[in-house]
Amino acid sequence: MKTVTLQYFAVLREQAGCSEERLTTSAATPAELYEEVRVKHGFTLPLTMLRVAVNEEFRDWSSPLATNDRVVFIPPVAGG
Amino acid sequence: MRAFSFSTTPIDTASGRAALVDPACGGYATFEGWVRDHNEGREVRRLEYEAFAALAEREGERIVAEAIARFGVERAACIHRVGDLGLGEMAVWVGVSSRHRAEAFAACRYIIDEVKHRVPIWNP
Repeated sequence: MKTVTLQYFAVLREQAGCSEERLTTSAATPAELYEEVRVKHGFTLPLTMLRVAVNEEFRDWSSPLATNDRVVFIPPVAGG
Repeated sequence: MRAFSFSTTPIDTASGRAALVDPACGGYATFEGWVRDHNEGREVRRLEYEAFAALAEREGERIVAEAIARFGVERAACIHRVGDLGLGEMAVWVGVSSRHRAEAFAACRYIIDEVKHRVPIWNP
């Protein structure tokens, strides 16, 4: 089990009802972690529409998670 | 001046431009993104931009560096607003200075296109 911090933005924050949470998880990768929080919060965005950043850098969905990682799932962006 | 930065106040384009002035450069291209009154068929009166700042700044800086390398321009920068904006306010500014005009236009376009696709900024 690992303890990670998740930060939520935009539609994910609206659906989670919080901007940050600390979670102890058995998820080994960001993909597994998203599946866990997707179910927990009822997120409507599928993983295919997101990107993921860990410790402020973009990462592959299959990269290994470590304890104390800071994870951000990034919904479709709307800058500019 | 940082290659990519956020501003919580109206973008100071004069200051942005001044940082790009270079005696080797004969051309300067700029883009401004404005908050407009319609989006996807719905009226817009205001927008609120939020960003995942740490990653957005890094990714924005990478984009500007890519533009400089790819198009061979001298200097480039981008400033994006965060917070509440009303109609007509400037959401984003890009400036590029180069020896000649062709690459300035191309780099400017590249920067705004990539910023819109890659940088973690939202207006929910």
